[in-house]
Amino acid sequence: MQAKTVERTLIAIGVAFIALMLILPLVTILVYALRQGWEPFMDAITNDYAIKALNLTLLATAITLIVNTGFGLFAAWTITKFRFRGKQVLTTLIDIPFSISPIIAGLVFIMVFGRIGWAYPFLDAWDIKIVFAVPGIVLATIFVTFPFVSRELIPLMQAQGNEEEEAAALMGARWFHIFRKVTFPHIKWGLMYGVILCTARALGEFGAVSVVSGHLRGKTNTLPLHVEILFNEFRLTAAFSVASILVIIAIVILILRNIVEYKLKQEES
Amino acid sequence: MYVELKNLNKRFGNFQASDNVGFGIEKGKLIGLLGPSGSGKTTILRLIAGLETPDSGDIFIDGQRVNDLPAAQRGIGFVFQNYALFRYMTVFDNIAFGLTVQKKDKAFIQNRVSELIRLIGLEGLEKRRPHQLSGGQKQRVAFARALAPNPHLLLLDEPFAAIDAKVRKELRTWLRETINKVGITSIFVTHDQEEAVEVADEIVITNKGRVEQIGIPVDIYRNPQTPFAAGFIGESITLSGYGDLHGFEAVSGFDRAVLRPEFVRVTKPQKEIYPHASQRGVIDEIFFRGSTLELRVNLAGQRLTAYQPLDGDAFAVGEEVSVLIYRLYLCNERDVLKVENRSIQGETAFFI
Ligand SMILES: Nc1ncnc2c1ncn2[C@@H]1O[C@H](COP(=O)(O)OP(=O)(O)O)[C@@H](O)[C@H]1O
Ligand SMILES: [Mg+2]
Repeated sequence: MQAKTVERTLIAIGVAFIALMLILPLVTILVYALRQGWEPFMDAITNDYAIKALNLTLLATAITLIVNTGFGLFAAWTITKFRFRGKQVLTTLIDIPFSISPIIAGLVFIMVFGRIGWAYPFLDAWDIKIVFAVPGIVLATIFVTFPFVSRELIPLMQAQGNEEEEAAALMGARWFHIFRKVTFPHIKWGLMYGVILCTARALGEFGAVSVVSGHLRGKTNTLPLHVEILFNEFRLTAAFSVASILVIIAIVILILRNIVEYKLKQEES
Repeated sequence: MYVELKNLNKRFGNFQASDNVGFGIEKGKLIGLLGPSGSGKTTILRLIAGLETPDSGDIFIDGQRVNDLPAAQRGIGFVFQNYALFRYMTVFDNIAFGLTVQKKDKAFIQNRVSELIRLIGLEGLEKRRPHQLSGGQKQRVAFARALAPNPHLLLLDEPFAAIDAKVRKELRTWLRETINKVGITSIFVTHDQEEAVEVADEIVITNKGRVEQIGIPVDIYRNPQTPFAAGFIGESITLSGYGDLHGFEAVSGFDRAVLRPEFVRVTKPQKEIYPHASQRGVIDEIFFRGSTLELRVNLAGQRLTAYQPLDGDAFAVGEEVSVLIYRLYLCNERDVLKVENRSIQGETAFFI
């Protein structure tokens, strides 16, 4: 009887908290976005700057995904399949982006590639722009999200051990064949999960990107930055309309994530 | 010698996993690597297979030095301790893997795999995944997978360790027969002496990364050459004051003796045959061991173990008995000396 009461109370608190902290704000965004009707909403999201910002966000996310999936696979493979000195250090280093503030990550890029950075003279000589340009945004996004994939893969690959790969190698299989036939089937859902987390974070990244972007409308504005600008200009309806794009993408990702999580669980049993 | 290892050394950090390992194997033989856990058995297999590189020493297979030959080109089949079956492939694809890698044509692969599936008696299970198989079935699939590309040498790491006791015996016999049928030179690793004695043509005893002795099972059993081999084989106990035992005297340089239960005969005092060779002891404990009784006898403070057939004389705990010891292995740090009870020398006693 008492246990039942405790259980119900806890569930109620949980539901209330989620409703208050997550669902209410999300619904608010959609309500505000559509407050003045369909047309202002469509205007806001088909606005030239909004579309450019969306494109930039998608571009940065796409490059980030390619780079970080590659890096994540490589790092996880190296850490779990070989023995070498400094492995522990490498594992710790990979986690750095999780433990430092994105603002600091952004500042690091300014300090390296910006006007006061040590790489600036070289970049200037070759006429390469990184800070306050698209490459800076991409770099910052990559930096902030690079642990996601390897973090998912390392425990999976560690649990699998090396023996299947060794067995395959003994029979003369080349590494790519081994990867495709032995390693990949084992990690594919974990990889997918890492990629999805990475996507979600890359799409929404604000802090680091904000520092290196320079906020040039139509040039270096990502979708989250665009929302901020609109908001600061008190164009609330437009700000919420654009924000709702991010919300919808987030919901799609959430659904994908749940599907993949389900698959991962199935795989385990 | 078909396989020959010469002075192999392998270190992991500060740990000497292989210490001057050397032995040879004749073609067609089934060799058992027997030693306690951590004695470097797996390391030896991995060195032969090319999964580890020795720090020094040579490996010859069929007269060819293979140290610099990549693992895949050594013509070796390897059965891993936990089978390492490809868990996302069917039984068929597992067995076919080596042939697929060699780009054999489809009909050939189909034939060869079917032949192997018949050999391991798993017809009808081709489409199963490893997790749908029992331990013994996995073991057989791992065996077939290793054999598929026709290796010249088969290495098996603790092939029965993960299988429950009942199936293990059956599988042991099966493996022995199948290897004979295929006629492939094989080395298998085990820490179970019963298994080694039963299955192997020859046994290599390993300890602390070293090879202690190599020989046919009976020989290793009768004539252990190192103190470790003397104590490891059989159900041995070690005695320090062996000089007090009737029929034996202390030999200088040998501070202890290894005694096996088979070398002890316990009788009623009135049935004593060799009075000078025997002495009195008291039964401490009696255990029923299925087909025999195990007696613990207190002999002037030393505790011995002896076996008594079920249909022999019945003893009771606390009873005084006559104890006859036929043989001891005297040991020091390096050597073993086999000594017989001198009071019955010349007479023929039965023992194994
Ligand atoms: N890759 C490795 N790295 C570090 N130590 C190892 C490695 N492989 C084996 N060892 C060590 O070498 C010793 C012998 O191992 P192994 O050959 O597996 O023994 P066995 O198979 O007889 O149990 C063990 O103590 C183990 O800790
Ligand atoms: Mg081992």
